[in-house]
Amino acid sequence: MFRYYGWLAARSLRKNPALTVLMVIAIGLGIGASITTLTVLRVLSGDPLPDRSAHLFVPQIDPKSMDDFHPGEEPEDQVTYPDGVNLLNARRADRQALMSGGAVVVQPDNAAIDPYMAEARYTTTDFFAMFDVPFRYGSGWSAADDDAHARDVVISKKLNDKVFGGGNSVGKTLRLQSTEFRVVGVLDAWRPAPHFYDLNIGRYGESEEVFVPLETALELEMGRNGSMNCWGNESTDKPERSPDCSWMQFWVQLDTPEKQKAYEAFLDNYSDEQRGLGRFPRPNNVRLRNLMQWLDYQKVVPSDVRLQVWLSFGFLAVCLVNTIGLMLAKFLRRSGEVAVRRAIGASRREVFVQFLVEAGAVGVAGAVLGLLLALLGLWGVRQQPGDYASLAHLDLPMLLITVLLALAASLLSGLLPAWRACQVAPALQLKSD
Amino acid sequence: MLKMSHLSKSFRTEVVETYALRDFSIEVREGEFVAVTGPSGSGKTTFLNIAGLLETPTGGSYELDGEDVSRLGDDARSRIRNGKIGFIFQAFNLIPDLNIHDNVDVPLRYRRMSGSERKRRIGEALERVGLSARMRHYPAELSGGQQQRVAIARALAGSPKLLLADEPTGNLDTQMARAVMQLLEEIHRDGATIVMVTHDPELAARAQRNVHVIDGQVVDLGEAPRLHMNVTRVHA
Repeated sequence: MFRYYGWLAARSLRKNPALTVLMVIAIGLGIGASITTLTVLRVLSGDPLPDRSAHLFVPQIDPKSMDDFHPGEEPEDQVTYPDGVNLLNARRADRQALMSGGAVVVQPDNAAIDPYMAEARYTTTDFFAMFDVPFRYGSGWSAADDDAHARDVVISKKLNDKVFGGGNSVGKTLRLQSTEFRVVGVLDAWRPAPHFYDLNIGRYGESEEVFVPLETALELEMGRNGSMNCWGNESTDKPERSPDCSWMQFWVQLDTPEKQKAYEAFLDNYSDEQRGLGRFPRPNNVRLRNLMQWLDYQKVVPSDVRLQVWLSFGFLAVCLVNTIGLMLAKFLRRSGEVAVRRAIGASRREVFVQFLVEAGAVGVAGAVLGLLLALLGLWGVRQQPGDYASLAHLDLPMLLITVLLALAASLLSGLLPAWRACQVAPALQLKSD
Repeated sequence: MLKMSHLSKSFRTEVVETYALRDFSIEVREGEFVAVTGPSGSGKTTFLNIAGLLETPTGGSYELDGEDVSRLGDDARSRIRNGKIGFIFQAFNLIPDLNIHDNVDVPLRYRRMSGSERKRRIGEALERVGLSARMRHYPAELSGGQQQRVAIARALAGSPKLLLADEPTGNLDTQMARAVMQLLEEIHRDGATIVMVTHDPELAARAQRNVHVIDGQVVDLGEAPRLHMNVTRVHA
């Protein structure tokens, strides 16, 4: 029977092409707008490490002075160098990494490539394993290399392609700021979105091209990128080493809830211990947010993106109401046909399904149009200057959501008209007396 | 074939209850051709709607082909309409967007018949009414008489036990009306049971039996004087 209903639907839709096109455009526009904004929201609010985000945490402590103290306020987002090193060396987590963003001059041996500035990350050995960073060649450096301030470097695929022609460059030398580094690892394509481990330097930007051991970078005074927050009155020549300036990101991996509780207790104890040493004048104020909680706390998704999603779904609702009106008018104009079909044997359910199939056909056409409009909309988003713009692509799940949304939308818009049509009383309609 | 006993049908508003049929009893035997006559508003169309299971009675009982059908649900009534009843309407009620072939096909579709079986039945039904050459025409391309013959073919295609005709010649000129009536008589001679509602005493006279309805009640049952073409009404 579905083939018959499909055939009837095609005839009916062909009979009034202007009305059909109007309904398809209404659904297509609504779907296109909704999917475009939803895709952007999904890109922005996605989990960059779905397999392990629940086990990755940002420890926060409060080393600030009593100036401008307001009870209940959030502690610092970043840690000072002394605290970072203390927490790192305590090794109380399954993995831990201290880090900062930076920028270095890359000086390729190949004279054909001019020296250029590259984004860098100065970090410690666990960074790669903790964040599941994919390697194409080699690996990260060891803890011993950290301690030895080794001149090791891990490079991105992009840099490897540019400087070394994409081959296995492990063991080769790369000159950074006039210092020779040994390439120990080459990453595969890696661009976590958002750039969760350091939101200070572009939330959806590309990953760094160069990864250098933290102490090596500090020793060589390599250029630092990011924000720094200092307190107290004493000025210092080297704020990087100051206990009164927070500027480093510290992440830990805690694999069980018990370890999370223990780590919170450790942060409390650490605060007490530091107070005993004359620091941490404020009451203990520690936090341990996991990755997704951290992104939420940092309000990574711009509020206007959420607003756009609401607006586009409101627009979809308006489109649907219009489609419902058009379908209602169209279906009820066929009351005579419904009455005849009912009189010669169609049940209410059969009439209902017949009209629902017609509504579904409009939905399929609307889905196709909506998909094309969404692709166009996302192309438009990618032309924008924002750092997340280039990420706006329709992936397979969103494709499925588009189709389901369009079908649900059209069936929903067909439900009332089809119901009204099948409620036509044949006796009244056919009355000729 | 059709037996209604003490049937009633009332329509209730907030202030008044109006009876369209009251204590209405009738029996139509298999193979009979019965004409139901009466003035406008007498209840003959309501009777036809209940007989065709398009409406349910308020009271009384209705047996069709030996089955009590007075309290059936919508699905069951649809199945019986589709399987046992053929309708012929005054306004033909063909679906304008479908050609003749597809119009006759409609009731067969709801029976889930195979394509070959449907094709055979459509061919036979249209052959019977003399329109097999016009299968691909649309209703608007046919005369009124031809449209009514298509409607009759549609009713016949499903081999119904009972044909219900509501003023089948009401929208036709005399010549076409005669042709349609002749067709109905032929169908009856072939064994069909026909109940026809009509204003027209000339048509009623050509039925086997007349039933006169006034104010929702049967006032007379009698053999129609088949030889007299000018009988206007049969009174007790």
